[in-house]
Amino acid sequence: MFVRLSAAIAAVSLLSSAALAQGAKPTDPQIAHIAYTAGVIDIAAAKQALSKTSNKDVKAFAEDMVRDHEAVNKQALDLVKKLKVTPEDNDTSKTLSKNAAAKLAELAKLKGAEFDKAYVANEVAYHKAVDSALETTLIPNANNAELKSLLQTGLKIFQGHEQHAEHVAAALK
Amino acid sequence: MMPRWIVPIVAALTLAMSVSAHAATIQITMENLVISPAETSAKVGDTIEWINKDIFVHTATARNGDWDVTMPPKKTVTLVLKKAGTVEYYCRFHPNMKATLVIAP
Repeated sequence: MFVRLSAAIAAVSLLSSAALAQGAKPTDPQIAHIAYTAGVIDIAAAKQALSKTSNKDVKAFAEDMVRDHEAVNKQALDLVKKLKVTPEDNDTSKTLSKNAAAKLAELAKLKGAEFDKAYVANEVAYHKAVDSALETTLIPNANNAELKSLLQTGLKIFQGHEQHAEHVAAALK
Repeated sequence: MMPRWIVPIVAALTLAMSVSAHAATIQITMENLVISPAETSAKVGDTIEWINKDIFVHTATARNGDWDVTMPPKKTVTLVLKKAGTVEYYCRFHPNMKATLVIAP
């Protein structure tokens, strides 16, 4: 419990402090990049889980992550194309990617039930962090109405993922 | 003059047409991860048209196991109701999406 909670807090503070470290508020091209990167990270984590797990619930959860995050990211790509916006790499995206790569490497060493628990615990923490970043930073700072609306849809679906991850985590105990 | 064997066919067709004239098509929308209306009344023989306006795949899955319909993103899928009852249903992928269908005989 404590480990999971502290991981969540670390992830949340990491996201917000990285965003705040830029001083200025993130711009739409940066917000688009952060949101897209966050999706790519979760898809990669889910694909790793699908290649490693033999637990039915974990597999179903990972399949949901791939399907929903790919849908959001496809919509995000269509939107930036339509708005002629080029997503702009930034410190938050870089920090997210760097941490995700470390997490993938860490999880790669685990097997069976140990992997399942660690993956799902990280999914709970990760979705908490992303939801918090969406609520406090990304959505309030998005200028374009369509981008804001897509982020709001994203928040709603990711909150569902967070609940789902919590259920799976509870069942794995 | 109609041959005698045609009469029952014509009668059956007429009956079928009059039955289908009574059956309604009822639309239920899935948008922004919400099913609306949350409660719908229908009759056996009616057609439900689930309109998925989201970018996500949704399902209308009856808790009693009567039906399980999958709606691809931005697509409409129909189901003809065959059994009466009050059926609670939800989306298997997004279980926060819940609704009720009250099907009269």
